[in-house]
Amino acid sequence: MCGIVGLFLKDKSLEPQLGDMLTDMLITMTDRGPDSAGIAIYGDDESGTSKLTVQSDEADTLFPHLAETLTIEIGAPVSLSRKDTHAVLTIASDKVADVRKALKKMDGVRLMSRGDTLEIYKEVGLPKDVAARFEVSKMSGSHGIGHTRMATESAVTTMGAHPFNTGDDQCLVHNGSLSNHNSLRRKLAREGVYTETQNDTEVAAAYLTWRMQEGDTLGEALESSLDDLDGFFTFVVGTKDGFGVVRDPIACKPAVMAETDQYVAFGSEYRALVNLPGIEDARVWEPEPATVYFWNH
Amino acid sequence: MQTFDLEENGLRALNEALHAQADDTNQTAWEIVNAKGSHAIAVGLDAPIEVTVKGSTGYYCAGMNKQATVNIHGSAGPGVAENMMSGKVVIEGDASQYAGATGHGGLLVIKGNAASRCGISMKGINIVVHGNIGHMSAFMAQSGNLVVCGDAGDALGDSCYEARLFVRGEVKSLGADCEKKEMRPEHIEILKDLLEQAGSDAKPEEFTRYGSARNLYNFDVDNSGAY
Repeated sequence: MCGIVGLFLKDKSLEPQLGDMLTDMLITMTDRGPDSAGIAIYGDDESGTSKLTVQSDEADTLFPHLAETLTIEIGAPVSLSRKDTHAVLTIASDKVADVRKALKKMDGVRLMSRGDTLEIYKEVGLPKDVAARFEVSKMSGSHGIGHTRMATESAVTTMGAHPFNTGDDQCLVHNGSLSNHNSLRRKLAREGVYTETQNDTEVAAAYLTWRMQEGDTLGEALESSLDDLDGFFTFVVGTKDGFGVVRDPIACKPAVMAETDQYVAFGSEYRALVNLPGIEDARVWEPEPATVYFWNH
Repeated sequence: MQTFDLEENGLRALNEALHAQADDTNQTAWEIVNAKGSHAIAVGLDAPIEVTVKGSTGYYCAGMNKQATVNIHGSAGPGVAENMMSGKVVIEGDASQYAGATGHGGLLVIKGNAASRCGISMKGINIVVHGNIGHMSAFMAQSGNLVVCGDAGDALGDSCYEARLFVRGEVKSLGADCEKKEMRPEHIEILKDLLEQAGSDAKPEEFTRYGSARNLYNFDVDNSGAY
């Protein structure tokens, strides 16, 4: 199964409540995915700086010295803001490659997301517990995507949880299962795009990354996913300034959208949307199969 | 009129209360408030009662219905009126996928649009959709009538048996072994009656009938290469 929620705000006055609204939506989708949960949130854009979200199972040991170690390693300031097992590293944008190189050499620290505004938090556990650990309800931002996971294709682990980071400020969540992920994983490896887990969605994320490296826009990459991915999927993708939705041509994985003057919202079920402001008068519809939708600021 | 607050009292209490109604009940009118997209609302009813749901519903509303009339003042999630035996289900908004699936009888009216697989494997139910329907509708439909006042998506009536499919607008594509059929006077009569029951002012003469070409009924050795 799995549950997806997404919220794209048009009305800036709602931005302080983004995390709160997404948390409520996410928890409503618990029975579609009780084993793990995650959230991608797009916050403030501070010019010249970028953010890397990292995760560690040994956060208590590793995080207290991480900023200092990295600062020395790259010769430029790195600041760290910790939330439970995750931490957001803020650095000058031109130092991202150096920090990523330094992180690769470290044991026990895993990169969850990179970008100017994107932060990804995900862990194993009930959505309400995961949301509480990261204090998602206190987060503000312009848009965000959440996922509740009921694993079908691979183990229940932090790295198997969604969202997946597909590129700078880009993320993907998935409801469904892909049947050609093993052959596609091998094909992508031949192209130099590697995945870390046996998870099918990670392959879809890697596929989009590869298409965009080849020059596709995200929209074009999603269009070609309709040809190259075999299986069931409803994807919601996040970008720096918006979000997109695509369903496979059979479209048996549910999806409901709602739009008002204040926001565009996505839910696997209408239940996830019922507490949004003005939902009674929103335009509510199901996205068409094999059709790419996008909303941008 | 019995009013039931679903959020306050819960789904199990609602369905137990509705199941407790006998054929001669005098509690014939029910209103359900705070539906909020909940699943399995008013499932398995078997009494001549009228239930009105205020708001949109989640999965499987009014499934397995017998005798009852269920009105949904909102949109319906997947599998609405699935396996209906008799009675009537009316949706003021849209219906999600597989509305009226496997229904044996009764009337399902969708005043908005229906998504994919509307009437899949229908076995005698009548379905009237005021708007459009999605792909793979009436797949393996066995009997009953599917009336679409708008357009139909891809692969309408794939592998269907003896259900009658009436579409007023465009059909994006027909499924395997589904073909256009002649509209005879008896079909106009059936349509006229169904449209009237469904509160549609569409003219029966504007519809085209589709049904099984009956080529898949028997094994044909010439097709063996296709398997």
